[in-house]
Amino acid sequence: MSHRTDVRRYRGLGGFAVVFFLWLYLPIAVVIFYSFNENRLVSVWTGFSLKWYAAALDNQNLMNAVRTSLEIAAIATVFATTIALMAALVLVRGKGVRFRRVSETIVNLPLVLPEIVLSVAVLILFSQIGFANGFAKLAIAHTTFCTPFAFLPIRARLQGMEMDFEEASADLYANKWTTFRRVTLPLIAPGVFAGAMLAFVISMDDFITSNMLNTGGATTLPVYIFGLIKQGTTPELNAISTLIILVSLLVAALALFIQGRGGSMTDT
Amino acid sequence: MRDFRFWGLLPAHVLMALTLIVPILIIVAVSFSTRGAYGGFEFTFTTDAYRQILFNEGWTGELEFNPQYLYIIGRTVLLACCTTFLCMALAFPIAYWITLQGHKARVILLFAVTLPFWVSMIVRVYAWLIILGNDGVIEKGLRLTGLVDDLPSLLFNNGAMLAGMVYSYIPLMILPVFASIEKLDPALIEASHDLHGSRWVTLRRIILPLCWPGLVAGAILVFVPCLGAVLEPVLLGGGKILMMGNLIQMQFGGARNWPFGASIAIVLMCLVMVFLLLNGLRATRKAMEEMA
Repeated sequence: MSHRTDVRRYRGLGGFAVVFFLWLYLPIAVVIFYSFNENRLVSVWTGFSLKWYAAALDNQNLMNAVRTSLEIAAIATVFATTIALMAALVLVRGKGVRFRRVSETIVNLPLVLPEIVLSVAVLILFSQIGFANGFAKLAIAHTTFCTPFAFLPIRARLQGMEMDFEEASADLYANKWTTFRRVTLPLIAPGVFAGAMLAFVISMDDFITSNMLNTGGATTLPVYIFGLIKQGTTPELNAISTLIILVSLLVAALALFIQGRGGSMTDT
Repeated sequence: MRDFRFWGLLPAHVLMALTLIVPILIIVAVSFSTRGAYGGFEFTFTTDAYRQILFNEGWTGELEFNPQYLYIIGRTVLLACCTTFLCMALAFPIAYWITLQGHKARVILLFAVTLPFWVSMIVRVYAWLIILGNDGVIEKGLRLTGLVDDLPSLLFNNGAMLAGMVYSYIPLMILPVFASIEKLDPALIEASHDLHGSRWVTLRRIILPLCWPGLVAGAILVFVPCLGAVLEPVLLGGGKILMMGNLIQMQFGGARNWPFGASIAIVLMCLVMVFLLLNGLRATRKAMEEMA
């Protein structure tokens, strides 16, 4: 069937798609382009220069913010993924679990709440119990809203898996822990990886909660960048943004690669 | 390993109870309190915070109707609706077009659609600041054509916020819509054609109704974060055009009026709940599954 007569095709759709992808990538391209601008003003191009990258990498405050963000994201990812994995095992595999629906809704609760409400909730909570460690506050809050993002891919993987191997393992006198470690975990590893990845990215990207709880010296990368933007656009900001874009794309490519090797996974 | 069914769920439940459910109950309590002398709140049951949404208290204590905050609530809902609708209008043709491609191209295109979503939200909003800003890319381009030389500022208005929000949230719409179109049986389209249905009739009567669940799922994923948006209004709206998210943030930041902030947060939460109930809980669960 030729393209012209295929009834599924609509005229102009291809052109629309081209414009759409231009629109999708143009902003990113513009940011990258102006990061090489020598001029102090972002949009006045005077020549090629890498000096803003040097300035960015030399910026101690920026590096501190990057470290804070990475540390909080790492802690939140480990806790959120562990908690989500345990919950998913029970909710998908457990027989006769009472209140299964309610439990699932509770685990996924952060998804249906606007984040600003969640951030206000933890702010009031911490101030009421007099908890002042900024870093720990962020780590706890991030764990909360990362948990459903870790939960969903793990649950999807578990649901798509037969019980056969685990039953075989039990038949061969492996105890439950050995079965989990040697059979279940390797099989659901791609789902666990996808969940952990998602949790990490969501935590790194978070602005609203981190900004709300921003006291006690724990400034994350997005909050730091927000402060810079409020002072005005500079090519250094473009350089920082370009570095973030590059790292994000690398992480995304890596995630796709590992997921591709892990067999069929619903993607995000 | 006595009963994994119990302690396997325990950490998740304890976490959500302590950091979400109990704090939300506290928000409810705060919204019925009076503000403390030094910020914070003092619990004495009063509906003042909610009254403040609708009324101003005059010098002599009389109440006069003040629509200022109602405007903010209305604007937030309207902007979230517009964003959701625009995302639907853009995502549907793109998702449909992607399903027409070969298997390999499909995987690559889906990846290309989600790729910008991996880039930090604040960087994406910053990009629009540069594009729309004074002497930005669009202004330069228009000046080059020579048609206009004095443009009104493209930034700091509702349109700029809308552009930024559609750009931020569109991948959340494309994925569920794509999933629903992919499940569509092409034989149905051919059958419609054989019965002399034109392409437009087929689109309206066959394709759209069958893909409706995907569109609804996407709408939920886009609408909820839009209602609570903070970043786009501050940076692209210039901080002058407030949305509910900013209003809440201000009350807990500079303004230090916790009860008022809490009451706005409760209103926001109720709006989300009404929206979710309208769509039915089934669609919500489906939306979550599509996202996984």
